[in-house]
Amino acid sequence: MAVTVKLPTQLRDAAGGATSARVEGGTVGEALEALYNEHGELRGRLSDDGGGLHRFVNVYIGGEDIRFLDGLDTPLSDGDELTILPAVAGG
Amino acid sequence: MPADALKCKECSTTYPLDARYVCERCFGPLEVAYRAHEASPEELKRRIQASPHTLWRYADFLPLEGPAKSALPTGWTPLVKADRLAERLGLGELYIKNETANPTHSFKDRVVSVALARAKELGFQTIACASTGNLANAVSAHAAAAGLESYVLIPADLEQEKILATGAYGTNIVAIRGNYDAVNRLCTEIAGERPWAFVNVNLRPYYAEGSKTLAFETAEQLGWELPDRVVAPIASGSLFTKVARGYQEFIDAGLLSGELPAFNGAQALGCSPVATAYAEGTDVCRPVKPDTIAKSLAIGNPADGPYAVELARKTEGGIDSVTDDEIRAGIRLLAETTGIFTETAGGVTTAVLAKLAERGDIGRDERVVAYITGDGLKTLDTVRDTFEVTEIAPSLDEFDAAFAPEGVAV
Repeated sequence: MAVTVKLPTQLRDAAGGATSARVEGGTVGEALEALYNEHGELRGRLSDDGGGLHRFVNVYIGGEDIRFLDGLDTPLSDGDELTILPAVAGG
Repeated sequence: MPADALKCKECSTTYPLDARYVCERCFGPLEVAYRAHEASPEELKRRIQASPHTLWRYADFLPLEGPAKSALPTGWTPLVKADRLAERLGLGELYIKNETANPTHSFKDRVVSVALARAKELGFQTIACASTGNLANAVSAHAAAAGLESYVLIPADLEQEKILATGAYGTNIVAIRGNYDAVNRLCTEIAGERPWAFVNVNLRPYYAEGSKTLAFETAEQLGWELPDRVVAPIASGSLFTKVARGYQEFIDAGLLSGELPAFNGAQALGCSPVATAYAEGTDVCRPVKPDTIAKSLAIGNPADGPYAVELARKTEGGIDSVTDDEIRAGIRLLAETTGIFTETAGGVTTAVLAKLAERGDIGRDERVVAYITGDGLKTLDTVRDTFEVTEIAPSLDEFDAAFAPEGVAV
């Protein structure tokens, strides 16, 4: 599946200034893996040693938090839009 | 101001004191870091006592460069000794910190005062926020008083009272068809694109510092002493954790002696991700879709949730949740024993206080402070139909018939 990953301002310098990336993947985890392969520096910023996401990283598919879906195993459809955002806002 | 950096709470990376809120290395939240005070405790105390009765009397503990002042003075709210409520609950010494006495009737005036002052220092012209209502009130009022443009983003289904009391100040209200977490997500995206000071997004490290003044004032009003236990509401967990930090900073500066109080957090059952994490023995707060009358606490994805859980555990407090009916009963209990009419968040806090008392978790010898964070006039619908009105003609006979004088047959 070809999907678009929207990057927050805090990650853009690690992605050569890009505001988004087009990647392939059948699940959210696979899409992120493809993103890391393209922009190696993003791996350490988003992912912990065990392969999960840092606890203050939020990922959404079409506005829905992946934790309400199947997390990194959530399946993707062609043309889906993933948004990565910091979790520390609000309150 | 001894603030010298923004520091990541997760990995300790430091950043300059500008408008940023998230660590670029690990996405952890940034917090203001301070140098140790050079002044002695006596000198710090003298400076506080010589200052006006607003939150700026604690400027030595806040992250501003210049002399702090605001066009809408905030803070120094009453600490009410609640003897009748204590008696009802079988407690010894109980105080209510009455935050309804702030200019827009909630504690949010504190956090907005600090965020707006810092935003001005950083040169921002426009102030904005993601709000469950109280913050929208405070941002629009303080922006109006300071002559700044403002935008407030709220869930479209917010209580009418909060929308009306916000629109009165001439702000730009943007009602989002979604819950608070959706509003928050949108604001996080906008904050990356517009040169605006979102008080609880890119200015969040400064904003959050304002809640420390709740602890500073309480300690000063108690005669420079600590409470044994604190009961406070948890939405994002920012207030809860910053009140603790406030007490700790006063202890570290030599202004108070003793240990941190036990911290008891209060959530509504219909939005209790932090209470659930506490009960399950984890610090991972799994997000929820809120469904509660306590809309000001309806944050399903709480940014400071993990830290709130750690604090409750470390201080041997706890985190409890209460039902909507218990919230309504809490509002009533506080009103009829103290004369303080609180909104739903205060109902949550009072209901959790009552639950702790009933469970025997609070010793008779404990000094307890409950933080009542907002005014009942903001959520009037929750008390509708909870009492009766006696309607009569303007006639003494009808009055006597309805309210017979004691010992007199009518």
